[in-house]
Amino acid sequence: MPATSPPRPMPPIAIRAFSATTALGHGVEAQAGALAARRGGLRRNDFGPSPLPTWIGRVDGIEDAPLPEALAAWECRNNRLAWLALQQDGLREALEAAVSRHGADRVALVVGTSTSSIGASEEGYARATVDAQGQPCFPPDLQRPMVHTLHSLGDFLQHATGVRGPCMTVATACSSSAKVFAQAARLIHAGVVDAALVGGVDTLCGSVLFGFNALGLVSAEPCRPFDASRDGLSLGEAGGFAVLERAAPDEDGLQLRGYGESSDAHHMSAPHPEGLGATLAMRDALARAGIDPGAVGYLNLHGTSTPANDAIEARAVAALFPDSLHASSTKGWTGHTLGAAGIVESVFALIALRDGLLPGTLNSATPDPACGPQIRFDHVQRPTAWAMNNSFGFGGNNCSLVFGKGGAA
Amino acid sequence: MTPLAATIAGIGYWSEGLPGWAAARAFANTGTLPADAPARPAPQLLPPNERRRAPPSVLVALEVAQAACRDAGLAPDSLPSVFISTHGDLGITDYMCTTLAQAPTEVSPTKFHNSVHNAAAGYWTIGTGCMRTTTAISAHRASFAQGLLEALAQLATDADAVLLVGYDTWATGLLSTMTHSEGLLGAALVLARTGPGPRITATLEEGEAGAGDGPLAMRGHANAMAPMLPLFDALACGRDRVALHAGAGRHLQLDIAHG
Repeated sequence: MPATSPPRPMPPIAIRAFSATTALGHGVEAQAGALAARRGGLRRNDFGPSPLPTWIGRVDGIEDAPLPEALAAWECRNNRLAWLALQQDGLREALEAAVSRHGADRVALVVGTSTSSIGASEEGYARATVDAQGQPCFPPDLQRPMVHTLHSLGDFLQHATGVRGPCMTVATACSSSAKVFAQAARLIHAGVVDAALVGGVDTLCGSVLFGFNALGLVSAEPCRPFDASRDGLSLGEAGGFAVLERAAPDEDGLQLRGYGESSDAHHMSAPHPEGLGATLAMRDALARAGIDPGAVGYLNLHGTSTPANDAIEARAVAALFPDSLHASSTKGWTGHTLGAAGIVESVFALIALRDGLLPGTLNSATPDPACGPQIRFDHVQRPTAWAMNNSFGFGGNNCSLVFGKGGAA
Repeated sequence: MTPLAATIAGIGYWSEGLPGWAAARAFANTGTLPADAPARPAPQLLPPNERRRAPPSVLVALEVAQAACRDAGLAPDSLPSVFISTHGDLGITDYMCTTLAQAPTEVSPTKFHNSVHNAAAGYWTIGTGCMRTTTAISAHRASFAQGLLEALAQLATDADAVLLVGYDTWATGLLSTMTHSEGLLGAALVLARTGPGPRITATLEEGEAGAGDGPLAMRGHANAMAPMLPLFDALACGRDRVALHAGAGRHLQLDIAHG
């Protein structure tokens, strides 16, 4: 491992509101209810004109929820899901309160995605037509340049919320919406802003379904994270957000307490064989939180259910944490929501802190031999002071987050 | 906002006809173009077979990143990095959309994993053996200013030095009817907390930034990463103030003290 010294502890960041919308339903209570009841959201793939034989985590209701007319220029599946997710759990009220306290120019917007609204571009190619000069062109309803570029998501949310601080779309594949917490925390700590809307949105599209299929990473069955017989992932779509604000000294409530980011420096689509990057990210997140590994009560794993990821992540966790850690993958419920996985699984970690619901792993029965005692398939109900989330992406891009409660130390 | 500051420890630059920062600086000051400029960047970081296969976005990003590190005299594997691109690799996006429309099960796995916005960041960390953090950002016309803010925030919190890389490719195929970008353009800065070099101080302010009328901005205006060029004109010509488009009717005001 490189000889970089761990970072110093960081000041806490308050979480004023948080929410996720996934195949389990819209908002936090739908997530918590489905987790507690072990009710998964995966269905047989019914997305697109020629669905591959796999299972997907599809969000219900997107087709029936057009954007408000004032935002129609950003119309597409991904921005619809962003809008739907933003209406949940008091997010907008918390954001408006932050804007009124600090001013719109003191609130940042940092959102993650893997493919943004590329589904609209795919549709433009599939429904291509010709213009008056006989040249190929997009159909008229898709001749909107902003939905055919990555910042579609950030630009849409900036117009939808009126936030005027720094605004960026982070796209580091499947770590995207975990890294937004780190980037927003830096903007707050550096004094650029006082608060931020962070989150991520990714929707099902041909690129990811057929792309992951081409890599041989998609299972024909519902995914089985950490199971000895797992054979690939199930793709999903999701959106979620959190409103972050500089925490006052000694305030209580849920907080972001640490982040760690690293690179594998190994391969574009395969994890480092010894999990070095993952270990570095977890180590730095714990160091910024100022806690020992033994303090963590729940760790939401990246746990994609691919043969390589889960074995390597399990070994890295076993090397860093005591046997008492309760760690699990929740991708059996939602599928792998790619650029939204960071926010969705951070919300699951926050549910663990709020309710003491430490979820197990769905669809899995026989642990992979690489699994240490930390990897749990069954739920436990137990109050915990600290929860973590791991998100790892293509390019060997890793991010770990530590959440805690104000006053906890 | 609290002004953020950094020293520019190293610069890298590549565009068609201007294959390095020395050539770009000479062009900005004298209008001369080097003879026999290569048509494509050839970053030494990649082995020859990978150099042939790598998409142009990766080639230009790695070329300027390596040049900036060399200029700064810093080991690439010691630096966290911020990669900025408005659109990512437009040729790969066109390939993905075309293939999905015609024969979706024939999507190339390599093209797919190269389609991620952090492909250049990934190849950079793999090629240099760098395990530090890297990110990939887009903010449309404000991409460079927003990426610069992230880099400056890293310096203000933990990092001693950060690599910042901006690049975009040309639009092709049906996508070019929606997305306008021409040529291949990349530039990189190694930003440090302290040390010798031009010192920049940044604040977000009200009002739009102009497109820039400097020689590099005029020459590269058709590329989607052109909004970064006023800064490189200022660095080349010794100007001490520049505004970068930051979105939402605001700009990132940079004051430059040339060392």
